[in-house]
Amino acid sequence: MEVTLNGVPTEVTDGTTIAALVATRAEGHSRIAVARNGEVVPRGAWTDTRVAPGDELEMLVAVAGG
Amino acid sequence: MTTEDVLAGPVPEVGADPLTIAGETFTSRLIMGTGGAPSLELLERAVRASGTELVTVALRRVEASAGGALVDVLERCGVRLLPNTAGCMTAREAVRTARLAREAFGTSWVKLEVIGDDRTLLPDPVELVDAAEQLVAEGFTVLAYTSDDPILGRRLADAGCAAVMPLGSPIGSGLGIRNPHNIALLREIVPVPVVLDAGIGTASDAALAMELGCDAVLLATAVTRAREPERMARAMRSAVEAGRLAHGAGRIPRRWHAEASTQFEGRPDL
Repeated sequence: MEVTLNGVPTEVTDGTTIAALVATRAEGHSRIAVARNGEVVPRGAWTDTRVAPGDELEMLVAVAGG
Repeated sequence: MTTEDVLAGPVPEVGADPLTIAGETFTSRLIMGTGGAPSLELLERAVRASGTELVTVALRRVEASAGGALVDVLERCGVRLLPNTAGCMTAREAVRTARLAREAFGTSWVKLEVIGDDRTLLPDPVELVDAAEQLVAEGFTVLAYTSDDPILGRRLADAGCAAVMPLGSPIGSGLGIRNPHNIALLREIVPVPVVLDAGIGTASDAALAMELGCDAVLLATAVTRAREPERMARAMRSAVEAGRLAHGAGRIPRRWHAEASTQFEGRPDL
């Protein structure tokens, strides 16, 4: 199925969880936040949250900034 | 205050005059932004030289990030992280970004930034107040980046912001404090800490901010894009301390004509 991850149409397997996406896409980052359709997915819910077709996902990490 | 009162009081020591924001105490009155440094190593040296205890960080899409090292470096420096909402142009975006930052960094403190356009990076006052009200209602500790309008500063304090952070001049411009009168006026009428944020170019700008009564200074590019960031960070640390001391000491009034400091009586005829 297709989701939009950080603005890019992305093919993921059915049943993919947020936790699995984070593990593959944000390896090495310690401070990560995920939004699904504009709403925060709390870290504690990553393992139980499965993405659905058409989801708009944002995966954000810390960068330097003023 | 009489001479006797002054003599009876202690000579102020730098550091004995802490900054308190939302019940949290900081010895340093310099807050550092982390953007613009040529390398993490130079950033770390600058952060250490500045003596800061609070630094800003941002959130961006994972592909645009070099890796997780930034947070490691800052944690090694022992500083507290203040996530910002840099680049947000609407209250909706800023509120969502703040929620994500709270999740990522485990802090409800946020430097709220809602800009009106990306050429001037000036704050959008309408969206800013809207976002501040929403975030305060959600339990955030909001430090609001704002223009140097004293009335807007008061509105942000009324909305429950923990600190009001007026610009001296546009972000990254290094133009210093373009309207010192507004900054002094804002400090006078805003009942929460005032942090001069944006526009600092060099040490004298930071000293002036403190002399005008600001409680702290937030700067990034003045240090990170200086030829020698570590040296400039040390200069800013001294400037903030000097300005704070001078503010407390009470400057002499400005006069149109000279006033001799050596008495005229007793001059010899030569």
